[in-house]
Amino acid sequence: MSSSQLPALQVVLPLLGAVICAFLRRGTLAWGVALCVTWTMPVIALSMLWQVLATGPISYAMGGWAPPWGIEYRVDMLSGFVLFLVSGVAAVIIPFARKSIATEIDSTRQAWFYTMYLLSLCGLLGITITGDAFNVFVFLEISSLSTYVMIALGRDRRALLAAYQYLIVGTIGATFYVLGVGILYSLTGSLNMVDISSRLGELGFQPPVLAAVAFLFVGISLKLALFPLHSWLPGAYAYAPSFATAFLAASATKVAVYLLVRYFFSVFSVSQIFEGLPVSEILIVLSVAGMIGASLVAVFQEDVKRMLAYSSVAQIGYMTLGIGLANKQGLTGGIVHLFNHAITKAALFLAVGAIVYRMKTCKIDDFAGLGRRMPLTMGVFVLAGLSIIGTPGTAGFVSKWFLAVGALEEGWWWLVAIVMVSSLISVVYIGRVIEIAWFREAKPIADNAREPPASMLLPMLFLAGCVVYFGFATSMSAGYASKAAAHLLGAEQAIEVPAAAGTKQ
Amino acid sequence: MTPSELIIAALLIPVFAAIFIPLASAAPNLREGITLTATVLLLVTVLQLLQLVLNGEQPEWTGLEIAPGLALAFKIEPLGMLFALVASSLWIVNSLYSIGYMRGNNEPRQTSFYICFAIAIASTIGIAFAKNLFTLFLFYEILTLSTYPLVTHKATEEAINGGRVYLLLLLGTSMVLLLPAIIATWVIGGTADFTPGGILAGKADGLTLGVLLAVYIFGIGKAAVMPFHFWLPAAMVAPTPVSALLHAVAVVKAGVFSVVKVVVYVFGIETLSTSGHAGWLVYVAGATVLIASIVALRQDNLKKRLAYSTVSQLSYVVLGAAILTPISVVGATLHIAAHAVSKITLFFAAGSIYTASHLTEVSQLNGIGRRMPWTMGAFAVGALSMIGLPPTAGFLGKWYMLSGAASTGQWVAVGVIMASTVLNAAYFLPVVYAAFWRPPDGEAAEHNHGEAPWPMVAALTATAVATVVLFLMPGVPLTLANMMVGR
Repeated sequence: MSSSQLPALQVVLPLLGAVICAFLRRGTLAWGVALCVTWTMPVIALSMLWQVLATGPISYAMGGWAPPWGIEYRVDMLSGFVLFLVSGVAAVIIPFARKSIATEIDSTRQAWFYTMYLLSLCGLLGITITGDAFNVFVFLEISSLSTYVMIALGRDRRALLAAYQYLIVGTIGATFYVLGVGILYSLTGSLNMVDISSRLGELGFQPPVLAAVAFLFVGISLKLALFPLHSWLPGAYAYAPSFATAFLAASATKVAVYLLVRYFFSVFSVSQIFEGLPVSEILIVLSVAGMIGASLVAVFQEDVKRMLAYSSVAQIGYMTLGIGLANKQGLTGGIVHLFNHAITKAALFLAVGAIVYRMKTCKIDDFAGLGRRMPLTMGVFVLAGLSIIGTPGTAGFVSKWFLAVGALEEGWWWLVAIVMVSSLISVVYIGRVIEIAWFREAKPIADNAREPPASMLLPMLFLAGCVVYFGFATSMSAGYASKAAAHLLGAEQAIEVPAAAGTKQ
Repeated sequence: MTPSELIIAALLIPVFAAIFIPLASAAPNLREGITLTATVLLLVTVLQLLQLVLNGEQPEWTGLEIAPGLALAFKIEPLGMLFALVASSLWIVNSLYSIGYMRGNNEPRQTSFYICFAIAIASTIGIAFAKNLFTLFLFYEILTLSTYPLVTHKATEEAINGGRVYLLLLLGTSMVLLLPAIIATWVIGGTADFTPGGILAGKADGLTLGVLLAVYIFGIGKAAVMPFHFWLPAAMVAPTPVSALLHAVAVVKAGVFSVVKVVVYVFGIETLSTSGHAGWLVYVAGATVLIASIVALRQDNLKKRLAYSTVSQLSYVVLGAAILTPISVVGATLHIAAHAVSKITLFFAAGSIYTASHLTEVSQLNGIGRRMPWTMGAFAVGALSMIGLPPTAGFLGKWYMLSGAASTGQWVAVGVIMASTVLNAAYFLPVVYAAFWRPPDGEAAEHNHGEAPWPMVAALTATAVATVVLFLMPGVPLTLANMMVGR
């Protein structure tokens, strides 16, 4: 296999896998296919990332048609990083799927679930890898449509409503996006992002560009669940099958955030359209509102998945805050939070998924007594919860540090205060679950509760290990994020983050 | 072992204890054996480090970097050495006491108790040896988190509520105030490494320094400066060994230790005293000393009274730092050690009374001194030290603080120390008087109990003796304190 075809394989393999799964009847078999495909993904992503670091961005002409006419797949620092993140988390959590899906979905539909999962993976990786604005729309639809189905496969009847809600909102988002792309196309005559960017620069300021910016930003913000466009997310996360929730939480919103960064810094910033436009300010205000508002709502949830979903909305605020700050430290914080939050939230949703597997419920009250019955699962929950709070020694702290430094460099101490207050609120909602799990007497429903099987436990423990590991060893996460940030901001060079300094006297 | 290996060993010994304790949960004697072995090993390691520090070395070790220039790093300076020495030597005594207490009271979940205890000690050592603000903050938070299960150990409604206050207040102040202060220091000063003379020396104007100092002081909730002291009385629902070592020594001392460290190494004594915006701290600390003493007077619950006394005594240390003279900082440092040995004695006595007689209120203690002469004798020694009378350790710190305050004409501070001495006497001496000279009354007269189990009596006698010995031979703490301020 020639390594030059890797960008295509990154997208084509999951697509092929999806087709194979669609022909399979046995859920376990389909899972096997999904497993094989998913495990090759990070290998491909990593080898491309390595190549990017060595020789600079990869440009791949799909079907041999040269850009800007053909579709260009483009892997640079940022997209390589996101590709690795999405495929890596998927690879870690896929072993969890078999038993979890087997109990949550009827056996006749399990193969369909894996089909949809692979399509969604294909779409998400496609959005990230492609350098073509319209191609993004195609992959956006692939991932969205398959996600609607995944959510609707949830056992609870309310899953249908949640999927329907997401369908409406997601379609509006996609429409806005494609309208924005249409305007850009009519202005520049190009669909290639790099090309659009340079042509916009030549064009200078034109009023229709504002309309394109507005459509694109609203459309993408719907997909990434930026407050107050997040209404679809809690329902979707709460009623989707547990594995789907973990997968989506770790990947779907992250890819949408990536897209926002891409448009913000790669497409528009060059043409200096934002000078005089309060885009950063709007983004910061909305992020802050989400960080506080959604965290407060999370405190009052009765369902743990729903609570974590609102927590996700708040955490997305951290990422968009970093984008809005648009200085090196802040953007590093935003990008590294993409990474840190993905592993943290995946760990949390897997832990909840394991509890659903044993208890068939994830009401907070039913967590009573689980601290002693499922100590490892709840241990993972606590550790990942600490990362949500941003305790030092966990991944969440690292992002918070960079964000706060970025805010202080702008002299915005009040923003630091808000970030800290938001993490204080997360102490309340995480602490509430912990208190119930350890200090309340177990209900009869918890009589059979014990640790989940190893195939579910190991991915959780691995992610929990990552949460701690990336709280200390940041050369891979923050070091890389700061390089990507410097690259996006056009700085000369990133500050090097040395690897393990080792023992010094 | 090389110095850096010694540092790693000091951190890892309690961690390994925490790992091995659950493996031996079925065999209590083996489990307690692991704890005791770890305590001894830790003290030996710390003593070896002490030897190096007294020779003028500053052993250090740097681990991973989490942001450019911001690493998990340790460097032992005299103040941290003293703190580690106090914590590790009292851990031995306290473990002995814990064994007696936990078994004597048939407490549930003893394994997790010993695990959390060991982790708390590891984080205390981490705080003591921290080279920079990040490392300090890391272990500061771990200490809060690892002591939360100990506070809520009894799992009663009261314990859960106490735990809530404890966690929210300590995590809250540290996240909303301390962390931003650290980040601001990093942005302004360009480093988070503790620097002799102060990170911020010459880098910020007086007002900024004053505001930042306030954010630090209130952000270090563990120092229990009012109004953020509520967590300490709330934490008293914990089993007494926890109150004794953690809420009279490790946790609260981590707080005042951080305050002294911040004043000396982040701001610099010189910088602060010339900034003109640090004078308020004397008033805040002084007010805490006096108000907490007055509240202590009104507490009938013995542990609550001790807790408010701790709040008051902690602010002595803050006061000593706030006076901003080298000699008063020496006093503050000595008081960290002196208060540790005497307050742990008092808590040991309270726990011993509880174990032997199940009495918890001061008003029930009439005549108990005749039944428990060792316990109440030790209590009397601890009380004298709290008041600051010779021949006990409490006298030393007060003496240095007074001379520092008097030499710079800070009469407010002098007045506060004098007034609080009277108040201390007023809430401790009646307890001693009632225990020895009042006849037992009512129900208590019919209980026929003697002393608590021998490990507890041995532990409290040892700390009482240490309180006196520290007064007679203050050599090591005094040397370390002097080294810190460069005298």
